[in-house]
Amino acid sequence: MAETAEGVIGKDVARIDGARKVTGAASYGSDFALPDQTYAFLVTSTIARGRIRHIDETAARRVPGVIGIYTHRDIAGKVKAGKLMADGGYLGTSIQPLTSPDILHDGQIVAVVIGESFESAREGAYRLDVAYERQPASASFDDASVETVAASEASKTHEDPKVGDAETAFQQAALRIDVSYSTPTQHHNPIELFTTLCHWSDGKLTVWESSQNVWGYKYGLAEQLGIDPNDIRVLSPFIGGAFGSRGSLTPRTAIIAEIARQLGRPVKLVPTRDQGFTIATYRAETRHHVKLGATPDGKLVSLSHEAWEVTSRPDNYMVSGTKATTRLYQCPNIYSKVSITHADRNTPGFMRSPPELPYLFALESAMDELAVATGIDPIELRRINDTQVEPIKGLPYTSRSLMACFDAGAKAFGWHERNPKPGAMRDGDWLVGWGCASTMYPTAVAPAAAKVRLMPDGKAIVQTAAHDIGTGAYTVIGQVAAERLGLPLANIEVQIGDSDLPPAPVAGGSNTTASVCNVVAKACDRLRQQLFQQSNAASATDISGMPLDAVLNDLPKDGIEAYAENLPHGTTQEGIGKLYHGHSMLAGGSELKDRIQFAFGAEFVELRIHRLTKEIRCSRLIGAFACGRIVNPRTARSQLMGGLIWGLSSALHEETEIDQASARYYNDDLAEYLIPVNADVREVEVIFVPEEDKAINDLGIKGLGELGNVGTNAAVANAVYHATGFRIRDLPIRLEDLLAVES
Amino acid sequence: MYPFGYQRIDTPQALKAAQQRQRGEADKAVSYLAGGTTLLDLMKLGTLAPAEILDINGLAHDYGDISWADDELRLGALVRMSAAADHPRIRSDFPVIAQSLDLAASPQIRNMASLGGNVLQRTRCNYFRQTGWTACNKRQPGSGCAAMEGVNRKHAILGVSDHCIAAYPGDFGQALVALEARVDILGFHGTRTLPFHQLHLAPGSEPERETVLLPGELITGFHVPIGPWTRRSLYLKIRDRESYEFALVSAAVAMHLDDNVIRDVRIALGGVATKPWRAHEAEQQLIGRRPDLPAFEAASKVAFAAAVTRPGNRYKVDLGQQTLTRALLQLAEMEV
Ligand SMILES: Cc1cc2nc3c(=O)[nH]c(=O)nc-3n(C[C@H](O)[C@H](O)[C@H](O)COP(=O)(O)OP(=O)(O)OC[C@H]3O[C@@H](n4cnc5c(N)ncnc54)[C@H](O)[C@@H]3O)c2cc1C
Ligand code: SF4
Repeated sequence: MAETAEGVIGKDVARIDGARKVTGAASYGSDFALPDQTYAFLVTSTIARGRIRHIDETAARRVPGVIGIYTHRDIAGKVKAGKLMADGGYLGTSIQPLTSPDILHDGQIVAVVIGESFESAREGAYRLDVAYERQPASASFDDASVETVAASEASKTHEDPKVGDAETAFQQAALRIDVSYSTPTQHHNPIELFTTLCHWSDGKLTVWESSQNVWGYKYGLAEQLGIDPNDIRVLSPFIGGAFGSRGSLTPRTAIIAEIARQLGRPVKLVPTRDQGFTIATYRAETRHHVKLGATPDGKLVSLSHEAWEVTSRPDNYMVSGTKATTRLYQCPNIYSKVSITHADRNTPGFMRSPPELPYLFALESAMDELAVATGIDPIELRRINDTQVEPIKGLPYTSRSLMACFDAGAKAFGWHERNPKPGAMRDGDWLVGWGCASTMYPTAVAPAAAKVRLMPDGKAIVQTAAHDIGTGAYTVIGQVAAERLGLPLANIEVQIGDSDLPPAPVAGGSNTTASVCNVVAKACDRLRQQLFQQSNAASATDISGMPLDAVLNDLPKDGIEAYAENLPHGTTQEGIGKLYHGHSMLAGGSELKDRIQFAFGAEFVELRIHRLTKEIRCSRLIGAFACGRIVNPRTARSQLMGGLIWGLSSALHEETEIDQASARYYNDDLAEYLIPVNADVREVEVIFVPEEDKAINDLGIKGLGELGNVGTNAAVANAVYHATGFRIRDLPIRLEDLLAVES
Repeated sequence: MYPFGYQRIDTPQALKAAQQRQRGEADKAVSYLAGGTTLLDLMKLGTLAPAEILDINGLAHDYGDISWADDELRLGALVRMSAAADHPRIRSDFPVIAQSLDLAASPQIRNMASLGGNVLQRTRCNYFRQTGWTACNKRQPGSGCAAMEGVNRKHAILGVSDHCIAAYPGDFGQALVALEARVDILGFHGTRTLPFHQLHLAPGSEPERETVLLPGELITGFHVPIGPWTRRSLYLKIRDRESYEFALVSAAVAMHLDDNVIRDVRIALGGVATKPWRAHEAEQQLIGRRPDLPAFEAASKVAFAAAVTRPGNRYKVDLGQQTLTRALLQLAEMEV
């Protein structure tokens, strides 16, 4: 038995939940249904700022099948607003709709219509007459009435990394790059809508909702509803896409729970696509000012990164990607500053690589500009400034294989054939551009708990409230248990996505594989230990390789169970207490006192741009990544490949357009909010650069879920420059940008 | 979506009866349902709320054929987009028609959508589609036009008015305009046939009126004349992504080239105009000239001379000219 299991970690195995997914047996949040359930349809505000003046329910109530209409008159006082996750709470916004008639952003929930059918609820919602007292609203940076504050003023914990004297060094530098960049508003748009199903029974609440954070939801809901967390269960076995949008609790859940309580029946909400733009979070637009000073041979002597981010009126949400951009290259003088701009918008939130995606776009574009200015190949420029020690505090990277990634990627891409002259490479009517950029993503690991039960028939059940957001968590957890127990993978049943299970952290910051696999390994080891000690089958000296067959027969009918907790490097016992209150205490990245933990990669892009009409098409995408131990190359490859495609999307396609006058989102549907289709994605290659990191955690795992989509946008912009000689510094890059610079 | 009545129309007699009933209830909003890919979308959004739907898919045996006469191609209104796009003879003899359909929407939509419904698809202006926007003259006459000062990157620059700048979104319509197709319309009093370019109306002061169809009138089919330009024809569609997106700019072009002289040329533009747009002046520039870059560039300038832009769609003048030039270059090089 042990033989079949050996080397399961690191093996290219198919998803253990794959068959359930393709046969439809896997139930996603929206698939759950209860007898006697009612249907909710949201009415959302058509103004971005003001108050509800009047709600006329007459016509809506007349719709056959409509059984309830809930507004602030019914919900205020029953549901409390919560705190942002960053402020120690559980929510993605402190704006809790239906607690007052005030409107703080476009698309805020103003009423919930309940029907016996989805159709009746919808019709009722369409017939509800809401009158507003409208006030002028500010949409974004350039609006007169926004308020901009330094992040260090807005948040006690915020730090602007600095070292040396960047300004003087910049002034004295032989070569200077002084440029500004921007990235647009983007929405996650997971295919599964923001569904919620709530049911009360004997004073206990069950919530079916796709969530990246079931324990966090449980505690957050308890706070908002004023009930005991032990009376709440959150179920999220399968998740139809998340990308950060389901990491923090959104206000809708408590509202639906409260309505179900008042109504005495289960309530199911399936909001529409456009409502998803405003009832959940998103990636806010950012602006950047980057200054690089260098010697003629390309050595950085000064790096300055100033950035601005948009947030809502009441919340200080920010991503602060300078934590990463000030640490990517060796440089003696570094300055950074982040500011946030409060506008009349919904509160932004985590979206895949929240800080790194926008911030590295700026730095990695600027590095390309420096490469052009110095005449040094962009890869060589990065080699010249490579480091194994981060420059701010002088902490060592646990491992860093950035240049190995560039070398592997360059080889696969054929980079040496690149003619560096812009516009020099052509394919008929198409200008060809090659660009590259670095990617980096912090490895953070959080305290976690898990249980493993071994049955006499040789099957094992692993239980931990982790989440599979499509990444393959079920499978990698199963692989670790199979290897550690010495059982075939088919004998392992993985149970996750249920807040009644031992707590695991939020599926955010790419920590799940590292956090959960390590604790599952621990629980398995503990189980073996218990087993062999109890059965006296062996001395406790070396039990790791012992086959289980010998002891299975001695097991009690319901098997034996082991429980483990894991405290990763940089965390304390307090982390377990927090974990049991729904808080994830992620430790790592640049936040440790003694070292720094990141995964790295190098991305290469080939573009074709038509010489007349300037449409931009991507013919090749290659990423080489070094991210510690790869538990499953198949799921890891999918993850990184999806990341590269999303990176391309963030450079060329995705942008939420805002109607400036009303501060409302305009293109809130998937016909107008563009993402690449198959025809836009020609060739994608993922290369794993071997990397062993024994320090980072017991299993040597780094997070890779968010590594893939960082840097791609810069690689695309750099390729656009190489193809055309024009530097486009504002995303997304569109054909009109190239037409404009030419004329 | 609001409740509505639903009736299947399976025979011309049933159609006639339905049209008769409609004459008696002039206020009642009745819509024909073909593939439903425009109608159902807008009904779900609450933008359209017909009281009754007449499902005409049962009339496919009457109006669902592709046929040929000596001098023309006939397309029934209930021919599916994919059926016309995949038809071998349309592909070889009318490339511009096949391409305009192939490059539209997605395979699923093309399998569902009809040609009659296609030419009547509604604008993609989101201020029109989403009822949460209050200012839209097309949806709510007299309410204003949010697009004027709002998001208008995809809006029209030709045929616009102070009341509406919504672009006509379809592709096939351009091919029909370029080829001087005619459209058959069946009303209670019988059939009338119009030049296709007369079907659509520019917005003027009544953007809510998009076509000359009277209540109850049904499009039954299209006639496309065969000419010495039809084989040398193509559709060029420029957009932000490679597939499944409406045109930022498109050009339907056809040319009769003889002895390296342009004897006849047809140009229609999409994505830039409020209705399927024929560029007559540009055509006139080219007739009798050699098919070369200077001629094409000059004609492309003329095609957009009357453009009226907003900040978000100013680029469409330049892009439109480049698109037309590129289309004409490709057209001249076509092997026919
Ligand atoms: C996501 C998406 C992308 C798309 N992309 C493109 C694109 O790139 N290019 C493009 O050209 N189109 C595109 N379309 C539009 C699509 O081609 C049209 O929706 C379709 O052709 C309409 O045909 P239908 O048969 O489904 O019409 P229906 O929805 O059934 O009808 C449309 C309208 O025409 C009326 N009608 C239908 N048939 C007749 C008739 N015979 N006589 C009188 N009235 C009639 C109906 O009452 C209705 O008002 C797209 C649509 C979607 C949803
Ligand atoms: S452009 Fe036309 S459809 Fe769009 S908002 Fe203005 S009036 Fe309405």
